[in-house]
Amino acid sequence: MSGELRDLYQEVIFDHYKRPRNQHALADPSHRAEGHNPLCGDRVTIYLKVEDGVVRDVAFEGAGCAIATASASLMTETLKGRTLDEVNALFRGFHDMVTEARTEEPPGLGKLEVLAGVREFPARVKCATLAWHTLNAALAKRQQPVSTE
Amino acid sequence: MKMEREVFAAPADRTFDVLRRRADFPILSESVNGHPLVYLDNAATTQKPRSVIDALSRYYAHDNANVHRGVHTLSQRATDAYEAARTNVARFINARATEEIVFTRGTTDAINLVAQSFGRPMLRPGDQIVISAMEHHSNIVPWQLLCGQTGAVLNVVPVDDAGEFDLDAYASTLGPRTKLVAVTHVSNALGTITPIARIIALARAAGVPVLVDGAQAIAHVGVDVQALDCDFYAFSGHKIFGPTGIGVLHAKAARLDAMPPYQGGGDMIRSVTFEKTEYNDLPYKFEAGTPNIAGAIGLGAALDYVRDVGIDVIEAHERDLLAWATERVSAIPGVRIIGTAKEKAGILSFTLEGVHAHDVGTILDHAGVAIRAGHHCAMPVMTRFGVAGTARASFALYNTREEVDALVAGIERVRRMFA
Repeated sequence: MSGELRDLYQEVIFDHYKRPRNQHALADPSHRAEGHNPLCGDRVTIYLKVEDGVVRDVAFEGAGCAIATASASLMTETLKGRTLDEVNALFRGFHDMVTEARTEEPPGLGKLEVLAGVREFPARVKCATLAWHTLNAALAKRQQPVSTE
Repeated sequence: MKMEREVFAAPADRTFDVLRRRADFPILSESVNGHPLVYLDNAATTQKPRSVIDALSRYYAHDNANVHRGVHTLSQRATDAYEAARTNVARFINARATEEIVFTRGTTDAINLVAQSFGRPMLRPGDQIVISAMEHHSNIVPWQLLCGQTGAVLNVVPVDDAGEFDLDAYASTLGPRTKLVAVTHVSNALGTITPIARIIALARAAGVPVLVDGAQAIAHVGVDVQALDCDFYAFSGHKIFGPTGIGVLHAKAARLDAMPPYQGGGDMIRSVTFEKTEYNDLPYKFEAGTPNIAGAIGLGAALDYVRDVGIDVIEAHERDLLAWATERVSAIPGVRIIGTAKEKAGILSFTLEGVHAHDVGTILDHAGVAIRAGHHCAMPVMTRFGVAGTARASFALYNTREEVDALVAGIERVRRMFA
């Protein structure tokens, strides 16, 4: 496998694609939104339980490609227990990481760095960002489904 | 201008030297991601032989001028070349006369022309337009727009699990309110070659006009519009080794005569005053504005190339590739072939269990193999077969069995990565 392809399809990504974390609905979410990229077929629903400005629980449902699924799974892992300010900072950091080449990744992304390779595959960036844009829509209580196409 | 019937000489012993033909296509020497390009996305667009690229360059270097209006030498040369391309197209599809060949931007443009110029004046609320469940969006949406404008309704002929057109359902759907049938000759998503002769015959018997979407057929099966006897036949230049931005609507002269213009502007008129404007003769009535002159000339060069190879030779070569590809790809565990009609053109759509089509496409791309992944502008087909999308390999005259082997190796690599 070439270096770039290996960078995109790392072990961690396969792991999160085959065994996604937090893939289920939340019974009583405080926020929820849907995301859909009709041109490629990725779908995701993000559920959040936010109390006192902290993400107590977060989960997702949906079907999509390896990148979209792994990104949603990794996102839910990263967001648990974060404050809303931290969530916003993570969104910006993640978005910068997958769209711009840089020598050092934005700080604090942790495991999300496995998706850095997506920037070499511009056609797939929308797969990686769908869950995050859907998260934003959920927090902003937007009714319309989100798309990153 | 009336056409003499062109006879395609097809010597029985003509062997197909695919490597020599590949050498005619400069782009096939490209490297992609450090690998030789294996271009298997011909249903999306085809590559161009040197003769087509040269025809475009030569036109702009030596003959470029506006057509039909000038009195100077270059404009005469440009006009002659443009009209020669029209005659070439008429010969290629065995049209009765050059006045039946309208140059458009492509198949989509041609279908929209028929919808608006033929359909819109004619349809009443409750009238029916019949299409099939395997159409490309370009042969669905113009009719949906038309239904919205006129109150007509769409009747969709189903497709069975193998991707075959349901002739029985079609026959029973044709009725007194049916005003148009619009069906594909070859499905871009499934590869099915529809029973188009039968479809047209049944429509004829019911007095219903027929439009045929020939975008996927033109480079892969012989097209004889007089034999087909359809009212409208549409195709795109870029799917038959010609440039983008040029297409053809063939239509029976009687139909075109009865239709109002599609777009107004220069060239489609005979005279203009603010009180009254008279329209031009066929086919110019439907060619408003400066046409894609270079595009038409490039298309002519492309048709010359296909004639030189022989459409029958192309058909046989692609049939062999499809058989080889189907045999090898369906042997891969976890693969499901979508589109298994008895008669198919060189298109192979498939899914791989547990892997999204886009992941297949990205990993194959990394090995230099270009396929298409997604819904192929045929979302209803994807829904019918219960998939979000498929991976699709589509062949042309320059593809080889070795390239099919590269595709198979790529799919096996994907399977290992996701195991």
